[in-house]
Amino acid sequence: MMEQELAIETRELTKVFGRVKAVEGLNLRVYRGEIFGLVGPDGAGKTTTLRILASVMAPSSGVAFVGGYNVVTQAEEVKKSVGYMPQHFALYGDLTVVENLDFFADLFEVPEGVRAERIKRLLRFARLEDFRNRRASQLSGGMQKKLALACALIHNPQILLLDEPTTGVDPISRREFWDLITELHLQKTTIVVSTCYMDEAERFSRVGFMHQGKLLACSEPSKLKEIVPSGVIEVIPSDVRKAKEILRAAQGVMGIQTYGELIHVFVEDAEGREGGIKEELEKGGVAVRHIKVVRPRLEDAFAFILSQRGG
Amino acid sequence: MGRRLLAIMRKEVIHIRRDPRTLAVMFLIPLIQMFLLGYAATLDVKQLKTAVLDLDRSRASRELVETYKASNYFNPVYFVSSEEELARLIDSGKARAGMIIPAGYSSSLARGEKASVYFIIDGSDPNVANTAFSASQSIAQSFSLKLLPLKSPPIVEAIPRVWYNPQMRSSNFMIPGLIGLIMGLITTILTALAIVREKEQGTIEQLMVTPIRPFELLTGKIAPYVVIAFLELGEVLLVGHFWFKVPIRGSIPLLLALSFVFLFATLGIGLFISSVANTQREAMFLAFFIILPSIFLSGFIFPLEAMPKVLQLLSYVVPLRYYMTIVRGIIVKGVGVGALWEHIIPLALLGMAIFTGATLRIRKRLE
Repeated sequence: MMEQELAIETRELTKVFGRVKAVEGLNLRVYRGEIFGLVGPDGAGKTTTLRILASVMAPSSGVAFVGGYNVVTQAEEVKKSVGYMPQHFALYGDLTVVENLDFFADLFEVPEGVRAERIKRLLRFARLEDFRNRRASQLSGGMQKKLALACALIHNPQILLLDEPTTGVDPISRREFWDLITELHLQKTTIVVSTCYMDEAERFSRVGFMHQGKLLACSEPSKLKEIVPSGVIEVIPSDVRKAKEILRAAQGVMGIQTYGELIHVFVEDAEGREGGIKEELEKGGVAVRHIKVVRPRLEDAFAFILSQRGG
Repeated sequence: MGRRLLAIMRKEVIHIRRDPRTLAVMFLIPLIQMFLLGYAATLDVKQLKTAVLDLDRSRASRELVETYKASNYFNPVYFVSSEEELARLIDSGKARAGMIIPAGYSSSLARGEKASVYFIIDGSDPNVANTAFSASQSIAQSFSLKLLPLKSPPIVEAIPRVWYNPQMRSSNFMIPGLIGLIMGLITTILTALAIVREKEQGTIEQLMVTPIRPFELLTGKIAPYVVIAFLELGEVLLVGHFWFKVPIRGSIPLLLALSFVFLFATLGIGLFISSVANTQREAMFLAFFIILPSIFLSGFIFPLEAMPKVLQLLSYVVPLRYYMTIVRGIIVKGVGVGALWEHIIPLALLGMAIFTGATLRIRKRLE
């Protein structure tokens, strides 16, 4: 088997802000053509990691190579081969869609010969052709994100870093945005996306789970789910809070994870315990509206990893 | 590199064009200031309301009052018959000066003796009082010369003569000073705001992933505002000269060249502010925190010589101080480089120090 080519590699990457270790001993490998997801709660160190990879911020220690270039000593090259879309991507609101693209084309010194063609292609790609002369401040939130993506792609980067690109975007625009990302993925662009929406993590070739500056797990989504050794019982009780209390105390329960009204219960033998769990809940005065053995979700895997660490 | 620099400039010009209200305000500020300083805030004393107590009631005394009236400094509007009445008018502020002609004034004159007239001047505004004080004396002097043309003149005679601004019009002094104020104010605030705006909007993060160099970013952002600053300088010169009749005695190219030197200092202060402030509001406060004291320490309104030693020493690090002297020197006195060296050198050194310091500081921030 041919060894896969590395697009990004970090070794013991660490960034310290005062007393806080935002990123700690990060060893990350992203292969060419991958769509890699950095997943984790707020404050996990995802943004800091991406900023270091984009050469916007220098690490406190450790090294990082992006596209084969050292992010500290070869920042110029890194910047030329990377497209970075910060979490709060701010466009110039008083500039039109085309003016924004033009501006970034100039900054990246996109050759005059290909520039007009590329801007046209990006407008089509982002479905912004009809809004080319509209000021960026007058676009909807979803369209602004798409314009931001187009601006980050203006220099045809081989590697794209997206920091929580869908945070605060409505569900329809979110799906549209993912369609664009998929399109780029099919064109062999290496993409690193950070997100705190766990449901988006299923879209990635591989997922790195970050927590408090550390990479706790890194693998394909299907393999990560296998981390959960037990079965998962899905319960919709009449009273979530009371049910959680009962379940925590129940025998054989290794952990629980709530999703709103829904509770996932981790047990050794899901089929065997299903009946028992229902019984115990009802004994405690909680009606069970729905109970079923399900396959673990990615979120279950993360919850399990965290519970293992805590315990 | 030229392309990136141009891109930043072009973008900045679009920002300015798309915000015509701010642009209008930028050009209105000097106009409003000029009209305020040219008309309202004048230190000239004119038509001071005066209460007259004429106890002599003679032709000679009426002639004296007429002379004072003709001088345009005093306007005798109240004629009273007692000192109490005169005091009341001054107390209430209805009259700013009182003139008392004692009984026997005309007979003293007729005898060729010294005749005294008493003046009471409201000293609550020292500027006004000062002028009124000396005006009252000089009018009396010239009046007595007219009366006694053939009598032997005093042996020692002081004849004051005012140079440069013989009518002592304060607009000739204030409007050139305004150039210093506008150039300092506009460039400092606009530079600071333009850079802080990128920080506040978060666009600076996006700029940092592009291959742009701090030098290109700063130059590109500042250049359009330098042009605006010079346009405003032209505005003040034109309106000052043609509307307020301020004579421009020196060389305009020299003025422009030295203004450019001054800009290094103000742009440096603007850059410094932008490296400290994170929001436009913070930048505004900081700018006023720095600019207001420097206006007072520049000699724009109050003469530096009259300040306590500490403040005088402090004024040596205020670039506006040197520029103010230079502008007034060129416009009012018509002097050239030869007379201005001792102001040009510290201005240039100070400007270079501030600009380099601020650029280094902001570069470190950007990288």
